[in-house]
Amino acid sequence: MSETVREKKLYGLTAEFDSPEALIVAAEKIRDAGYRDIDAFTPFPVHGLTEAMGVKRSWLGWLVLLGGVLGGSGGLYLQYWINVIEFPVNIGGRPFFSWPAFVPVIFECTVLGAALFAVFGMFGLNGLPRPHHPIFDAEGFERASDDRFFIAIEAGDPCFDFEETRRFMNGLQAMAVTEVYSDDV
Amino acid sequence: MSEHENIKPVDDLGPLIGPDYTYSSVGDKVSSIALGGRHPLPWFVVLGFAGLLVGLLFFSITFLIAKGVGLWGINIPVGWGLAIINFVWWIGIGHAGTLISAILFLFKQDWRTSINRFAEAMTLFAVACAGMFPLLHLGRPWLFYWIMPYPNTMKMWPQFRSPLVWDVFAISTYALVSLMFWYTGLVPDLASMRDKATRKVQKIAYGIFAMGWRGSARHWHRYEIAYLLLAGLSTPLVLSVHSIVSLDFAVSVLPGWHATIFPPYFVAGAIFSGFGMVCTLMIPIRKLYGLEDIITTRHLNTMAKIMLATGLMVVYGYSMEAFFAFYSGNGFERFMMHNRMTGPYGFFYWMLIFCNGLSIQLLWFRKVRTTPLMLWILSIVVNIGMWLERFVIVVTSLHRDFLPSSWDIYVPTFWDWALYVGTIGFFLFNIVIFVRWLPIISIFEVKELIHKNKHARRSHE
Repeated sequence: MSETVREKKLYGLTAEFDSPEALIVAAEKIRDAGYRDIDAFTPFPVHGLTEAMGVKRSWLGWLVLLGGVLGGSGGLYLQYWINVIEFPVNIGGRPFFSWPAFVPVIFECTVLGAALFAVFGMFGLNGLPRPHHPIFDAEGFERASDDRFFIAIEAGDPCFDFEETRRFMNGLQAMAVTEVYSDDV
Repeated sequence: MSEHENIKPVDDLGPLIGPDYTYSSVGDKVSSIALGGRHPLPWFVVLGFAGLLVGLLFFSITFLIAKGVGLWGINIPVGWGLAIINFVWWIGIGHAGTLISAILFLFKQDWRTSINRFAEAMTLFAVACAGMFPLLHLGRPWLFYWIMPYPNTMKMWPQFRSPLVWDVFAISTYALVSLMFWYTGLVPDLASMRDKATRKVQKIAYGIFAMGWRGSARHWHRYEIAYLLLAGLSTPLVLSVHSIVSLDFAVSVLPGWHATIFPPYFVAGAIFSGFGMVCTLMIPIRKLYGLEDIITTRHLNTMAKIMLATGLMVVYGYSMEAFFAFYSGNGFERFMMHNRMTGPYGFFYWMLIFCNGLSIQLLWFRKVRTTPLMLWILSIVVNIGMWLERFVIVVTSLHRDFLPSSWDIYVPTFWDWALYVGTIGFFLFNIVIFVRWLPIISIFEVKELIHKNKHARRSHE
């Protein structure tokens, strides 16, 4: 086994906890120790975790706003172009650009644009779909979607030093600290 | 401390989730329905029954396309008939799913957590059934794409001042957004199923659809933003969809349709019928799969209260329709109302008042709200009542309009009913397949709820 492990590269070190509270305490310690390339893995969203890890708030919301604006203005332009430019129909002298009648379609297009940007933007920024990730090679990681809470310090972190980081993580009162090797790093 | 005592439930309905559940056991319980492979006998019975009806659906669609809509009972003056009645009925049923998943999410109603996945699935399948009707009603459904704006050699464009075109945009947006909302909610649970699955086929199948979800904190962070925004977007969307459906009627000048009360009255009716359908489906499923401690009596009680509230709004709508007809002083309006109550379709009107107006008064009684069997029977009555409502609105207004020489009686034919019953089979078939393969309860959200309860308990102590 050790033969194959050495061919793989070190992804990082993980610590495993059995409660979100313990994970947050550990995340704060890791952040305060100066590590930046860290990630936590939990079965459900844990509030206060990204703050504890020092992760900045995502700009996804602005992307969704952009989607809504594009969708809505696209919906308006579509109707304007069709009913005013391409195929104007004079019905009793009423204006071609009868915008109040265009509101429902503008609204629907706004919602559709924003929703598409929200979903594809979220998965896109998350880098998904990605069938495999080195963290899947961590021992016992299948429980990260069940009832275990993992935090990982990646080997690429500038502060990462195998021995020292390992000693540091052993002091986090984790249930287990393991090395993760993967051929996917 | 005293603050916490104040918010403690004062009734004996118990907590929203069984107190013994842990993160792991709730995941095992829900995923075992799909992964365990053993299903109760009623599952097979419903599968077989629904399968037969799907056969009937395909047969009646094929026959319809071969012969044309003359197979149905529709003719002038009643040109809409069962197709549009069923369309509105199915779309309305879908609305409860979006209400539960989006509106109750924004209001931070914890009880939605156990039922939102299922209700969203119900929405999708109901919208799929609804969508068939206007398409088949086109007469030449293979030319359905003519209703979309696209450059063509005929130089033909949709009329954007027509509610029927708004409807196309509303329904297709609604279907797409509901699908995305549902799938986004499913991804973390699919990852959980992937990790729990023991058979290779299951691992690969769930793995593909989980898209490599790994529960990263950064991912969850964006996920929560996206989910909140989707909920915020779906909330006005669901209100707009049934409002636009109601404008299909209200924008016309027909007595009984041309009423400003239509949009809110249709939305309330949609949510009413949707909760009826949620109860019709959830009560047997929780029993069959032993989920009584996840979908508790407290959930049933709350859903029943929402049914009662929206039902009363609908009753208000009926009384206002009658009052407007009288108060308008318009002879055609008054005739329409008189004809609706005492004309050839009067029986259906009073059946509708019985189903949607009288029977739901039982929901004032706690005993009825918390007894699954009674609530289940009542929910079926509500489903029938809401179907009758659409029948009464569509048929009684159309069949006797301004000119007595053009009056006629509409009687649905066998093929009208076959298509309707076929879509019910299609709906049930989808539900049965969904229960078989996917987590019917949102695992990660229930885990979050358990976490929250732990916190509340700890601060209480």
